[in-house]
Amino acid sequence: MQQKIRVLVAKAGLDGHDRGAKVVAATFRDAGFEVIYTGLRQTPEMIVTAALQEDVDVIALSILSGAHMTVFPRLLKLMKEQGLDDVLLTGGGIISDEEVKKLMDMGTGRLFQPGASLHEAVDYIRNWRMAQRH
Amino acid sequence: MDDMHKRWAEAAKKSPTRQARFITASGEEVELMGTPGHLDGFDYEKEVAVPGEFPYTRGIHPNLYRGRLWTMRQFAGFGTPQDTNKRFKFLLEHGQTGLSVAFDLPTLMGRDADDPLSEGEVGLCGVSISSLRDMEILFDGIPLDKVSTSMTINSPAMILLAFYLAVAEKQGVPWNKLEGTIQNDILKEYIAQKEYIFPPKPSMRIIVDMMEFCQKEVPRWNTVSVSGYHIREAGSTAAQELAFTLADGFAYVEAAMERGMDVDSFAPRLSYFFNSHNDFFEEIAKFRAARRIYAKRMRDKYGAKDERSWKLRFHTQTAGATLTAQQPENNIARVAFQALAGVLGGTQSLHTNSMDETLALPSAKAVKIALRTQQIIAYETGVPHTVDPLAGSFFVEDLTNKMEARAEEYFARIDDLGGVIPAIEKGFFQKEIARAAYQYQNEIENNDRVIVGVNEFREADEKIEIPILQIGPEVEEGQRRSLKDIRAIRNPQRVDSLLADLKSAAEGNRNLMPILVDCARAYVTVGEMIDALKEVFGEYVEPAEF
Repeated sequence: MQQKIRVLVAKAGLDGHDRGAKVVAATFRDAGFEVIYTGLRQTPEMIVTAALQEDVDVIALSILSGAHMTVFPRLLKLMKEQGLDDVLLTGGGIISDEEVKKLMDMGTGRLFQPGASLHEAVDYIRNWRMAQRH
Repeated sequence: MDDMHKRWAEAAKKSPTRQARFITASGEEVELMGTPGHLDGFDYEKEVAVPGEFPYTRGIHPNLYRGRLWTMRQFAGFGTPQDTNKRFKFLLEHGQTGLSVAFDLPTLMGRDADDPLSEGEVGLCGVSISSLRDMEILFDGIPLDKVSTSMTINSPAMILLAFYLAVAEKQGVPWNKLEGTIQNDILKEYIAQKEYIFPPKPSMRIIVDMMEFCQKEVPRWNTVSVSGYHIREAGSTAAQELAFTLADGFAYVEAAMERGMDVDSFAPRLSYFFNSHNDFFEEIAKFRAARRIYAKRMRDKYGAKDERSWKLRFHTQTAGATLTAQQPENNIARVAFQALAGVLGGTQSLHTNSMDETLALPSAKAVKIALRTQQIIAYETGVPHTVDPLAGSFFVEDLTNKMEARAEEYFARIDDLGGVIPAIEKGFFQKEIARAAYQYQNEIENNDRVIVGVNEFREADEKIEIPILQIGPEVEEGQRRSLKDIRAIRNPQRVDSLLADLKSAAEGNRNLMPILVDCARAYVTVGEMIDALKEVFGEYVEPAEF
């Protein structure tokens, strides 16, 4: 039997806007993923520790506060230090085209911008997992 | 007439329809047409009455906007206090009539600009305020007896109010001349916006302290702006927004009455803040129902005798969550319809969102268009010449009644859970809102709900060509430096003794406001005051459910 994809839905920093994170978490759950939601106000260290402990395949960060250029690079660095090389870091928020490009060049997965579709996010993670298996 | 309506209903049933269901933005079935049958047994004189009279369904003033237009109040704040001071002056020069301060996340969470958790967030979502020094710069050259100021801040509200009072003092403006509003609505933080610090009980104590203090010292200040805006933005339906907001308002009324305050001594200083979403008639019905429910409860349940205590005054902001990043200019039209619903709903003040707000803080040009939208409604449409023109419409009165009934159902459920705070602790509101948000998003995903430019009428290879306001890292660096300077020049013994006194006041039941004003005068920072209070009150952690 195929193992369920484990996703950590994370909120970082002082940002309390959790509508998106909760909608995404519920969508992933209904798509058959195993979802762990960190709750609010996590530091990047806490998120990476949770990812390690929960043995997740994917970290999905929701960030609407504008601090994405601080949080994503820090997560990447910590993930590398902890040896989470096979974990996908994806996410969504109010992130400009240029910033998306910059962050993806640094090593994040796809980043979803305002208006993105939930189905697309589900498909993206499924496809990533399939590609990993080959 | 009955025959006529029967005939029509038959004919309508046979007519083909474009879609299977017609629902509001909140997912409620919409009547094809209002008929007199919808208002069977409805007591128009009692339930609608005339504007300026109980239960105020038609508005709180007899001639509404003929006397005075709503206050055009654009929420603004970004970067350093200098940056925002400049934006305020720009808005005042362009005909805005009141100020509204947006604070950055560190300030909203009671953290100083140099706190490690503030990193990357200073000045981004609003202006950064750590000490009285920042507040002095923010209002530099703006006489506080000439403007009314709204401050959107909750957990550290008492501290920001203390800063404002200290600035007034420095400008030589007596406190009883100050006009404005502080949001100070902690309950909706637990429910929706999530910028809480302390647990609910001490938070309620602080709010009642402020109500008590302002009643004596700052009598024209609105002490709580009970807010549905954030509840709606978090994904609630219109009825949930209405019910949860009013339930919060009643919880403050009960808390102040428990302290022994006379309801008429504080209720006239409570104001409300609603969202104006896409569904035009549903929103208007919500505003009308809000006034009616409030008046009835304030008079009949809480025994208020002063009619000012019965009147629900409210600010409206158009719905940020309805704006799209795609084809952002379309947002100008969305905002205009939402603003018009607010005006037809009889709002006392209005913020219109800027078209670029899904992308960043609004640029000056986008803000100006948003303000001009209000001016067009005010001066060109003719709408403000008359009061509540939709009253008597079978459809709108029926919708208003339904909205009231839905709210009453929610009040009963909240009572069953033991009141607002137990319901928060059980996650009731949070789960209701999350479910509604999920349903709404799924309707969009499945194309049951059309969002122009997002799931229909899309443009391939769209390039966004509106200028975006960027906040550089120099803001954070500058704020850290300025805070370091303040810490160096103030009297450290005085700071320590004030903080010790603050803790002892928190442990006992002295009103916290006078000591907070003393702290403000001595340039004690937001973070220092919050940390001292945390030692006494503890911190709230919510269960992470979805």
